[in-house]
Amino acid sequence: MSEIGDAFVTALRLIFTGDPEVLAITARTLGISCSSTFFAALIFVPVGCLIHFNNFRGKRLLVSIIQTFYALPTVFVGLLVFITFSRAGPLGGLGILFTPQVMVIGQVVLISPIITGLTISALSGVSTEIKDTAVSLGATRLQTVRTVLLEARYATVTAILVGFGRALSEVGLALMVGGNIRGFTRTLTTAMSLETSMGNLELSIALGLILITLALIVSVLVNRLQQR
Amino acid sequence: MLLEVNGIQQRYGDSEVLKDINLGVERGEVFVVIGPTGSGKTTLLRLIGLLDKPASGKIYFSGREVPDSEKARLELRRRMAVVFQKPAVFNASVYNNVAYGLKIRRIKGAGLRDKVINALETVGLSGYEKRNARTLSGGEAQRVALARAMVIEPELLLLDEPTANLDPVSTSNVENLLSQVIQKLDTTVIMSTHDMFQGQRLAHRMGVLMAGQMLQTGDPREIFSSPQDREVAEFVGMENILSGVIASNEEGMVTININGNVIEAISSLSPGEEVHACIRPEEIILTHAKEPTSARNTFPAVITRIVLFGPLARVEMDCGFPLVALITKRSAEEMALQTGTYIHASFKATGVHIITR
Repeated sequence: MSEIGDAFVTALRLIFTGDPEVLAITARTLGISCSSTFFAALIFVPVGCLIHFNNFRGKRLLVSIIQTFYALPTVFVGLLVFITFSRAGPLGGLGILFTPQVMVIGQVVLISPIITGLTISALSGVSTEIKDTAVSLGATRLQTVRTVLLEARYATVTAILVGFGRALSEVGLALMVGGNIRGFTRTLTTAMSLETSMGNLELSIALGLILITLALIVSVLVNRLQQR
Repeated sequence: MLLEVNGIQQRYGDSEVLKDINLGVERGEVFVVIGPTGSGKTTLLRLIGLLDKPASGKIYFSGREVPDSEKARLELRRRMAVVFQKPAVFNASVYNNVAYGLKIRRIKGAGLRDKVINALETVGLSGYEKRNARTLSGGEAQRVALARAMVIEPELLLLDEPTANLDPVSTSNVENLLSQVIQKLDTTVIMSTHDMFQGQRLAHRMGVLMAGQMLQTGDPREIFSSPQDREVAEFVGMENILSGVIASNEEGMVTININGNVIEAISSLSPGEEVHACIRPEEIILTHAKEPTSARNTFPAVITRIVLFGPLARVEMDCGFPLVALITKRSAEEMALQTGTYIHASFKATGVHIITR
């Protein structure tokens, strides 16, 4: 028991003395997750709009499928991305397997259903009167979409934050396609998994505390936005 | 003619919501569509506002047929504005709500500001510029919606039951505001309402829409005094609708047999025709004794029920057929009327409106 207690104390010391390795891993994790969330939002908020504002056959089925993919297993996406970018795979020529870039790509794939689906939910939450009002006042199609998206701004930002939270905390994908290379693709979660298995509890706990704190910040932000 | 609607039909799934609607509205006219809830008023206004496309039929705006292309429809839509039944405001400041239509028309700077401030002044919301519109009451939100529609100076202003979701005080405020705005704006207005008195107060001309059919159009007085059929008569508050048969016609003076009772009226219909005789309750005079008067119809009656509302009393009677009279509460008191009182009910032959069955 005292061993764990000591590990906690050392972990806190690592955090508060600004241990270079802890800082580097944290910064890298944030960098990768922020990039993937940025690109995912850039692509999949518009995709959500496209699905919401168009009526087509199979729309409900598509939305159901997207919602099912919220809980896409990270190792499954890991496998897909691994196959795609491995030397023998279709994009193997790029030679980016085991780099932060491919981790970003994998995370974009992982969180795209969440961002798309929650964007659709956010837009569906805006009353049809808002859309009708915009159209009746002479808004073009694009202006109407913009107006409705603006009405759903808090819910849309929530969608993006939920995606960020998922990217931040996943481990299987990062391990499979990033390779957990020290100083290059090692993130909070992959480092924790390795250090714990090596019995290096102090570092694991330090990284875990940071991860929990980040997750907590995201969760608080989501809660605050949902109340608006 | 600013707007012409030609044989419009609309259906949702299997149900036909509008059936062969024909309508013309002149520039500067205030046309009110009245009808009960679910009669198709909103559907009609949405078609006129180019928010939906009809299943069949044509709409002409400014003499030009409304085209199919979205670009051309947008161009026409920008010459109109709609205020919806449910007050819908954007989650933004009151100022930005009112400025919306101008901003999407790329109007900027002092011109934009002046117009918005003016519009807010007209609707009595000066000083509300910075308030979030979502924090307003229903009546205030509807005034914002009105300012937002007015500010773009539409050639055609469409108001879809603008007071239906408001409390009585807000309703009367918004209604007063509407009549001011209509005068000030000097624009063409098409409004729908289920409140026939509101329609009567605001309309130059009225149309009665029931179950998807425009049953009658005309000036409000005409619709109220001479409804074309039984449904319209009932909707415009014609409480006494008596079914009978024309018994005789002497130079336009007819007698109508109603269950063995005979009433006199003015009509060109021939004997044998089946008719509804309609008498507005306020046209009926009650007296204790049978006094000589110029009214051609006088019946002994017994009062079956008296309902008081406001300064008025609604007196239900049985005179061989049911009859309802609307008199002042004061008269009812002075005459000591109560259930069971025997009286005489009189109405003029010219007060009887006849509809063929």
